[in-house]
Amino acid sequence: MGKVKVAIIGPGNIGSDLMYKVMRSDVLEMSYMVGIVESEGIRRARKLGFETSINGVQDILGRDDIKIVFDATSAKAHLAHAPLLKEAGKIAIDMTPAAVGPYVVPCVNLNKLSDTVNFNMVTCGGQATVPIAYAINEAADSSYTEIVSCISSKSAGPGTRANIDEFTETTAKALETVAGADRGKAIIVLNPAEPPLMMTNTIYSLVKNPDEKKITDNVSRIVKEIQKYVPGYKLRTPPIFDGNKVTVIIEVEGAGDFLPKYSGNLDIINAAAVEVAEKIAKERF
Amino acid sequence: MSGKVHLVDTTMRDGSHAVSHSYTEEQVRELAKALDESGVDLIEISHGDGIGGSSINYGFSKTRDMELIREASKVIKHAKLDVLLLPGIGTITDLKEAYNCGARAVRIATHVTEADIAIQHIKAAKEMGMFTVGFLMMCHMASPGKILEQAKIFEENGVDYINLADSAGHLLPHEVQERISLLVKNLNVPVGFHAHNNLGLAVGNSLAAIEAGASYIDGTLRGLGAGAGNCQIEVLAAVLKRAGIENDINLDSIIDAAEKAEKVMQRPQVIDTDSLMLGYAGVYSSFLLHAKRAGEKFGIRTKDILEELGKRGMVGGQEDMIVDVAYQLAQEKK
Repeated sequence: MGKVKVAIIGPGNIGSDLMYKVMRSDVLEMSYMVGIVESEGIRRARKLGFETSINGVQDILGRDDIKIVFDATSAKAHLAHAPLLKEAGKIAIDMTPAAVGPYVVPCVNLNKLSDTVNFNMVTCGGQATVPIAYAINEAADSSYTEIVSCISSKSAGPGTRANIDEFTETTAKALETVAGADRGKAIIVLNPAEPPLMMTNTIYSLVKNPDEKKITDNVSRIVKEIQKYVPGYKLRTPPIFDGNKVTVIIEVEGAGDFLPKYSGNLDIINAAAVEVAEKIAKERF
Repeated sequence: MSGKVHLVDTTMRDGSHAVSHSYTEEQVRELAKALDESGVDLIEISHGDGIGGSSINYGFSKTRDMELIREASKVIKHAKLDVLLLPGIGTITDLKEAYNCGARAVRIATHVTEADIAIQHIKAAKEMGMFTVGFLMMCHMASPGKILEQAKIFEENGVDYINLADSAGHLLPHEVQERISLLVKNLNVPVGFHAHNNLGLAVGNSLAAIEAGASYIDGTLRGLGAGAGNCQIEVLAAVLKRAGIENDINLDSIIDAAEKAEKVMQRPQVIDTDSLMLGYAGVYSSFLLHAKRAGEKFGIRTKDILEELGKRGMVGGQEDMIVDVAYQLAQEKK
């Protein structure tokens, strides 16, 4: 079987980094970059030999060879794209906060979403912390899980900055619905230090059964799972116990495909999206 | 220097750090009433890290801040009831709840270089008709020019005044003046100042800010606040009176209010070694009590944890990195 063709809508930082990740894939074929204006990202894709369009989503709807579409635009745009992509029979991987489809965190719930045609990638912080929160909940039953994501100022794009509440609210919801905590809370901090700091994520959980060995084993197992698709994912501080409180600290270094290595936040959400696309490509096409 | 100086009381917000967020409804009623009668312009009530701050990372509030705001709104007659909101921690949903509990002013605080993350909150606050303040934290970490650029983002989005916070209590009087005077000269909105006393300069720096043109000054009763505390507001009131600087404070009333605040204190508000290190190394004052706790758990000197946090360039809100630093230092010791 040949590679499965994909298109990317939105040739910005996220879209361009996705393009490079898809180019490295054994199962996906980078095929089409879609924008709405002539831009740096469109020119970059064209130069690399891919088809491009500046007419928006409509130019790929009739292209039956394209099976999977990453949407790296905005929540508002994706709300318009989602029904069109569905009707055209394409799998949509939604990088925006639109949340048309269910949240997906590959190592946690991808295998439970076999009928899904629109996957929402939650947030960068969600991709980094939900797996740990899930591992703790599976081992110890979390009544409350709280995360703190710190990203370098340079890697927080205008979309994140203009709507930071979306980050905290979406991530908190995913801690409950995907990771299984009774209640979730998310905090994000931007740090302007130079040289830029790597993304760090702290996961705190208040648990009902603080079985230290079971929690530690579960956490190290899931870290290995994530490292399969995010090589720069690192357990900085293994589980620390304080009564029923568990603390885990994670660092994420980016792969440096298109974005600098300190942009671990952007890297992890893109790496997770490509992981979703590859699984679907193998299973459905 | 021109016009009247407005005093902003944050005893029940920054002071909340000093009592580990344990304020009760009764305490808030008593202090809010006394402050309102003493003539302060704004009375700020929130978790120390702003509304939505109650958490493992920053400490849970004993009583939800929304309940405290509601109680305060019943007794405040003259001042504006104000809340603090840190984008990334609190949300517009929290702000709406605070409004429904009676808050009519909000100060929206970001790290000194990150003003644009507050735009959505400023717009939401203005839509609700709230008195809205743009608040830049850790002002020692940026040059006066950079601070002006960030303050302009607030001004363009319609804030009523801009407040600079020396969150680490690190600035010297002339450094405060450089920052305040550049803003006063180049902005059309008033400028305020928030001091910490880690180097013993809170009242002096506040006076320096006023001389440079600041017209809103933060303070707390008995200096209650993160680190070595804030500018002691009843002392500032006396200083302003001696200096002949116009303001609305009744000195006797605010001294009475301070005596009431003394009853809620859990430890003396002094400059101990650790607070001194906060100021000297330029570390966020709220880290103090968290670092003391982590130091005890991991057997590391608090001073060493704070110094390392300073070296790493940690900013406000990164309390989680205290555990990280303590853990790493403990590993190195093994």
